[in-house]
Amino acid sequence: MTKRVVITGIGWVTPMGADIESVWAGLLAGKSAIGPTTHFDASTFPTKFCGQVADSYTHNDHVTHKHLHEGVGANTSFALGAASQAWKSAGLDQFAELDPTRLGIYLGSGEGSLDFENYAASALAGWDEDARGIDAVKWAAKAQQCMSAICEIEQEPNMPLTHLALEFNAQGPAYNCLTACAASTQAIGEATEILRRGQADVMISGGAHTMIHPLGVTGFNRLTALSTRNDSPSTASRPFSADRDGFVMGEGSGMLILETLEHAQKRGATILAEITGYGSSADAFRVTDMHPEGMGAYAAMKQALDQANVTTADIDYISAHGTSTKENDSTESMAIGSLFAEHAKTTPVSSIKSMLGHLIAAAGSVEAIVCVLALRDQTVPPTINYGKPDPECTLDYIPNESRKLPVDICLSNSFGFGGQNDTLVIRKFQ
Amino acid sequence: MTRQFYHRDAEASELRELKTKIINAFALQPLSPLCLCGKKMYSIRNPKSIPLNYLPMSRHVVITGLGPVSALGIGIDATWQALLDGKSSVNRVARFDPAGFPSQIAGEVADFKVTKFVPKADRKATKVMARDIELAVVGADQAARDAGLITRSTDPEGYKSADFKPTYASRRMGCHIGAGLIAADLEELTQAFVKAVKEDGSFDIHKWGAEGMQNLTPLWLLKYLPNMLACHVTILHGTQGPSNTITCSEASSELSIGESLRVIQRNAADACLSGGADSKLNPLGFLRQIMTGRTNTSDNDSPATAVRPFASDAAGSAAAEGGAIVILEELETFKARGGEKAYAEIVGFSASQTVNRQVGHTKADPTGSGITNAVRAALAEAQISADEIDMILPFGLGAADSDQSEVAGLKAVFGDRLAEIPLVSPKAFAGNAGAGSGAIDVCIAAKALSEQLIPPRINCDKPLQGINAATSPATPAKLNYVLTYSTSFGGQNAALILKKFD
Repeated sequence: MTKRVVITGIGWVTPMGADIESVWAGLLAGKSAIGPTTHFDASTFPTKFCGQVADSYTHNDHVTHKHLHEGVGANTSFALGAASQAWKSAGLDQFAELDPTRLGIYLGSGEGSLDFENYAASALAGWDEDARGIDAVKWAAKAQQCMSAICEIEQEPNMPLTHLALEFNAQGPAYNCLTACAASTQAIGEATEILRRGQADVMISGGAHTMIHPLGVTGFNRLTALSTRNDSPSTASRPFSADRDGFVMGEGSGMLILETLEHAQKRGATILAEITGYGSSADAFRVTDMHPEGMGAYAAMKQALDQANVTTADIDYISAHGTSTKENDSTESMAIGSLFAEHAKTTPVSSIKSMLGHLIAAAGSVEAIVCVLALRDQTVPPTINYGKPDPECTLDYIPNESRKLPVDICLSNSFGFGGQNDTLVIRKFQ
Repeated sequence: MTRQFYHRDAEASELRELKTKIINAFALQPLSPLCLCGKKMYSIRNPKSIPLNYLPMSRHVVITGLGPVSALGIGIDATWQALLDGKSSVNRVARFDPAGFPSQIAGEVADFKVTKFVPKADRKATKVMARDIELAVVGADQAARDAGLITRSTDPEGYKSADFKPTYASRRMGCHIGAGLIAADLEELTQAFVKAVKEDGSFDIHKWGAEGMQNLTPLWLLKYLPNMLACHVTILHGTQGPSNTITCSEASSELSIGESLRVIQRNAADACLSGGADSKLNPLGFLRQIMTGRTNTSDNDSPATAVRPFASDAAGSAAAEGGAIVILEELETFKARGGEKAYAEIVGFSASQTVNRQVGHTKADPTGSGITNAVRAALAEAQISADEIDMILPFGLGAADSDQSEVAGLKAVFGDRLAEIPLVSPKAFAGNAGAGSGAIDVCIAAKALSEQLIPPRINCDKPLQGINAATSPATPAKLNYVLTYSTSFGGQNAALILKKFD
């Protein structure tokens, strides 16, 4: 029989704060963490706002081995803070007997932020106007003068993983996956599979990401995926409302400690929840669009339910991908509608992206933590800024106010650009 | 004896059936990869005596198609021939003028048109493919054809008909492709940057935000998302099963193959397209490689002999582009579709992380302990001892400290016998293709097993002590088990053990 997998620690770094309880209180109170973009001068960009982690945040407030993490990028910094919280909340800082080769890490972290200023300067220095192309010799001269090795190396997407391994002496299975906005949900699912097989006792899993830099915002603005509601940032992310106009970028990290049940019980850990289902599928439809009927989303949810051995009637809360884009929210609603059938209208669904913005690769891990807290407090967070109903989105979106209700089993969805769909079933431990 | 007993070869069909009955009787999930880890023996005649998590693996995974793309060539035939020719394909960089860089050599893939490798109906999609994506698409095409798979892409004419039947139902086929940090095309971006400059010629972010960015194609971002390698491949081949993109630098593609292995073992798919691709042949990617301190900057005038893995005069690697996709299939479904000859079976896999707080993460760990751990765990899963490994395709970067770290790590596993096991290092021929390189090694390992031939070894006149890595021509040999592993800049390790298919 495969092993049962439980969650014993949680931690996050979000635009609303970098500790579990204050952010959770903010989410239940329906607060927005969205404000003007200050990480760079976005004053002329089509989108001038986002959800930023506070400038006062530093991983040095959280880690034990500061000297191992000098010069890290934002993703790694967020990951270190979130994972350190999770590590402590699981009591692993007090547990000396952990075998390092049985401690693994599976992250879904993003690529690092480009060193934009120096990148642009090198590009312009290398430009040959007559040839309308790059003169590589000129480019190399400027780039080697202004770019720093540590900054370039730390942009590699495996760096958050590498630094967590150093911090926690994790020598077991180590992966980073980067499946766009589905990445950290997928990471948690795959970490669960590793534990089920018995190939580790404990896994650190989650994601970390920021795309709040000039090229990140440029990329999404060109795709017209971002909200441009510049006159009202805090109400711009409005998942499932008829007047939604795109997603709002957030940044941060969510980290969970996953453990085999036997390992958790043996060391007397507090068990927060159990992961019982994981589903993953590819749309294989189009580079730019989701499958119009949400076939891939449906398949991922169905697989997760089957694996968890539950039916749609058993699901008490759905943490939606709910990005606030036209396409995602209607397609996701359709997929939930067709899978949940007669239970669709009575199953509460919400998107915390309405409050934190979209943490891209890290979004799923933060939402998985929300499910854990909903199970703990028997309260589910709202979808704020919910106004005009959309005829294509007809589910119960927990509009604007959190709700107390019996929550035993949650489902959490993440869907990524490129047609990647991942779903988790997280339930109360019994 | 235990090992023999559980061995697939020794496993009579009635035992197979019995095992299925056990699985059913115990209501096991269609077996997750449970393996016999200990040495203790249990009788399958008395199923109740077997601890559940000690049941042997029930689903065997074989490699049935190879699609390498590297400086050596496109496709397994060209790649294998180039190896047999025994000459390195590392050369002076031709893609751009490397004169301004300290390292000026690379393993470049010869020119190809990606449109030749995709159906007519999909040619539009090639406009949003970064080089890395193109390499993966070409590799997938080669692998699927090599395996004789009918997919949307290998049979575009058949796909149009109403009764089109692909070899595998789309939900039963997965896709795991490792990717690197994809560098945006510098010319494309700079053409837009030059529309947003101040009077002094420096970049003006106000102009960029207001109008400059409009010069980029709307789909610009989609060319550079790492999961677009898998995205394009899944669309082209119509695969809707589990898909993932591992981004652990040089360990990515072997970790991806391991991921496919697990997905098939746990019955979430019957077949997978698996591997990785990466290109460092653009100024930024190339410079980043140089910044790791692991490239060769002293042999720019003699590129063919510049990469010298495990030689006492190893002086660094060459940046490269390339990768490979392989087709993995569950043995029974492979047979059921009429498959007869696979290249090899994957019998062991493991992933590990190197941690050495003294040297940090930017230098090689002198003890090689991460490699030791990965190889040991892969051997345990394969239920073989270190003595049974007949050949090793190591990471073999050709940088002194990295090579020495590997030797230390291997020595801890193989002891004095390491001096006898041939080490074959494809990077001497093709350079370091980052996230793509491990899958190239897997292709070569699988082909070597099926040919029963140790490929030629080059550029190693004076090997490090205690190893068998010296320059030598192709040598026929009895190869049963081959180990291959990768280790990333950052310390992630992946080890695979392949077994001869018979």
